[in-house]
Amino acid sequence: MQRPDPNDYPPLGLVVPEPEVRPGGQPDFSHVAIPRAGTVRRPPVDVDPEEIRDLAFTIIRVLNREGQAVGPWAEALEITPDDLLIGLRHMMTLRIYDARMLNAQRQQKTSFYMQHLGEEAISCGFQRALAPGDMNFPTYRQAGLLIAAGYPLSAMMNQIFSNAEDPMRGRQLPVCYSSREHGFFTISGNLATQFIQAVGWAMASAISGDRKISAAWIGDGSTAESDFHAALVFASTYKAPVILNIVNNQWAISTFQGIARGGSGTFAARGHGFGIPSLRVDGNDYLAVLAVAKWAAERARRNLGPTLIEYVTYRAGGHSTSDDPSAYRPAEESTAWPLGDPVLRLKNHLIALGHWSDERHAQAEAEILAEITEQQKRAEAIGTLHHGQHPSPADMFEDVYAEMPPHLLKQRHEAGF
Amino acid sequence: MARMTMIEAIRDALDVAMGADPSVVVFGEDVGYFGGVFRCTAGLQAKYGKTRCFDTPINESGIVGAGIGMAAYGLKPVVEIQFADYMYPAYDQIVSEAARLRYRSAGQFTCPMVVRMPTGGGIFGGQTHSQSPEALFTHVTGLKTVVPSNPRDAKGLLLAAIEDPDPVIFMEPKRLYNGPFDGHHDRPVTAWKSHELGEVPEGHYTVPLGKAVLRRQGRAATVLTYGTMVHVALAAVEESGVDAEVIDLRTLLPLDMETIVASVNKTGRCLVLHEATLTSGYGAELAALVQAECFWHLEAPIRRVAGWDTPYPHTHEWSYFPGPARVAEALRQLVEVA
Repeated sequence: MQRPDPNDYPPLGLVVPEPEVRPGGQPDFSHVAIPRAGTVRRPPVDVDPEEIRDLAFTIIRVLNREGQAVGPWAEALEITPDDLLIGLRHMMTLRIYDARMLNAQRQQKTSFYMQHLGEEAISCGFQRALAPGDMNFPTYRQAGLLIAAGYPLSAMMNQIFSNAEDPMRGRQLPVCYSSREHGFFTISGNLATQFIQAVGWAMASAISGDRKISAAWIGDGSTAESDFHAALVFASTYKAPVILNIVNNQWAISTFQGIARGGSGTFAARGHGFGIPSLRVDGNDYLAVLAVAKWAAERARRNLGPTLIEYVTYRAGGHSTSDDPSAYRPAEESTAWPLGDPVLRLKNHLIALGHWSDERHAQAEAEILAEITEQQKRAEAIGTLHHGQHPSPADMFEDVYAEMPPHLLKQRHEAGF
Repeated sequence: MARMTMIEAIRDALDVAMGADPSVVVFGEDVGYFGGVFRCTAGLQAKYGKTRCFDTPINESGIVGAGIGMAAYGLKPVVEIQFADYMYPAYDQIVSEAARLRYRSAGQFTCPMVVRMPTGGGIFGGQTHSQSPEALFTHVTGLKTVVPSNPRDAKGLLLAAIEDPDPVIFMEPKRLYNGPFDGHHDRPVTAWKSHELGEVPEGHYTVPLGKAVLRRQGRAATVLTYGTMVHVALAAVEESGVDAEVIDLRTLLPLDMETIVASVNKTGRCLVLHEATLTSGYGAELAALVQAECFWHLEAPIRRVAGWDTPYPHTHEWSYFPGPARVAEALRQLVEVA
């Protein structure tokens, strides 16, 4: 056998993926294959994952262009018009809340904010598949979970303003909510750590012979973190009753999803190496999100193990108030996104069903805005970042440990509290 | 009382905890069926079933991360990192998550978890099975860090750690697993059965966290140390002829300052001793605290003896290890200062 001669080969070159378009270019999503609504099959929940590998490469969609809910996923939903109206209201609330808080940040009433524009269906829809006692391990862009779980907007605002009524007592960056009671695990700010924690929580429920399930949340970019892999290994090994949610909104701050995805085709396909049933769903379709979430929750409750879901969506706004997307992507890209606006799509569905109208929609918008504005006034009256009442600085030393150790007590005294 | 090695004492503590509290679960690499590479969990899976004591994938971040989720649910996970040297992949989960859950959620979620890990050298483990990374934990607020030096303390401290409402890093000096070790690697190995601290009470008892203990009374100097180095210090005191007090800290954080200050104020001289590397080691914190609290009683500069600032070398293990000769020399120099 001859040893290879490296000189017989051309020099090596590194591949660095690039998005299709940059600022100044014409957005083009024609390469995104979008199946017609209602055309993707709905397998039984105990299906062999090998038989549904194709579902990680398609997009499950329910609402068509005419505003009709069609296909097997729609038929399995058993949803009433009232449920639909509640869903629409959750999404509208989140959107209006976002707009108000974004504006409050610009008025320097808070240091920072992160909005959900275009992604409202995912968290608002998903939460409706959970039961009281179940636990979400969210990222910073799932406040719809809280809204749909009935968490008070006033508590959310107090957290944003870090005022005296902030349930997190001014310790956490704005949007890092936490409510055990509402099935919402404390948001870290470090990426992906919660993904494996959700699996541990689900394992604990199974160890205890309980009936609760958990849901892990992560963004497309953070799937590159090692903890994503840790979560899939553990979830797969112990068949943990967990739903592993990947929100693919195309952008990780300024980095397009191709950098994290590499050659794997889709993020959902990551589940295949672990034997985890993996679905890809239209994240801008409230009914598709809910239908798939219910399918995955049913699997978890029947002890059939984890499900991986990729929500295909688009981050229409900036990553945060510290971000300017016009520096790295065309401004028109958001409007060119082919899956549409989740609020409009559910609104059109309700209109098509004869349960809603443009007038009622405008009226509901006005009502929600008035309600949020009223709550905001009350929250601001308590305090905003630089004005009003705040948690006592003495509180800074609390909750580091259950019982304050001597060295911390000494430092608190030194600080003058 | 029963005669036990430190391994048996740790296993006994886990057994007592699992027997008393169904929420205690034990897991890690090779921990389940086989019972751990050091055998600390042997028999627990057979006794309590494989959902309470089980093997995990080789993923330390996963082990600790899953443990955090379980603790948040309401279980009491006692996880094993096979060697302290392997904990780095779990460091983000320990520092950013376990240590801060209570604080960042204002008490809504807590993390009553114990992370056990064999630490220290002296077994020819090379640079990846010998490290003493305790300073990387004591620097992290929200954690408690414990290092036992004998079987009796190991059992009582581990039970206290499991019952603690906050995350505890429990570092087990692996050179002490089977017997006390005073650093004389060329002498015959001694066993715990001939040592009084190898006598371990049966059933449940705790050694409180945050309490040091005086291992030897003396008048000429104070040695602050923990883990394997407690035994090295005792040997060095005998060999140097310096009548030093030896304090076994047992818990590095929270630290028992009362015991330290009383001793140093009495002796006026202080030697800080650990196996971990010197620079920015836990000894730096001890030295800073002692000079701040005991400055007017000090008759000589505080001395530190520690591992050299090199990776832990394989063949040169005994040149690296701060053995009794180095400690004795430092003690003599410490008391010679006028």
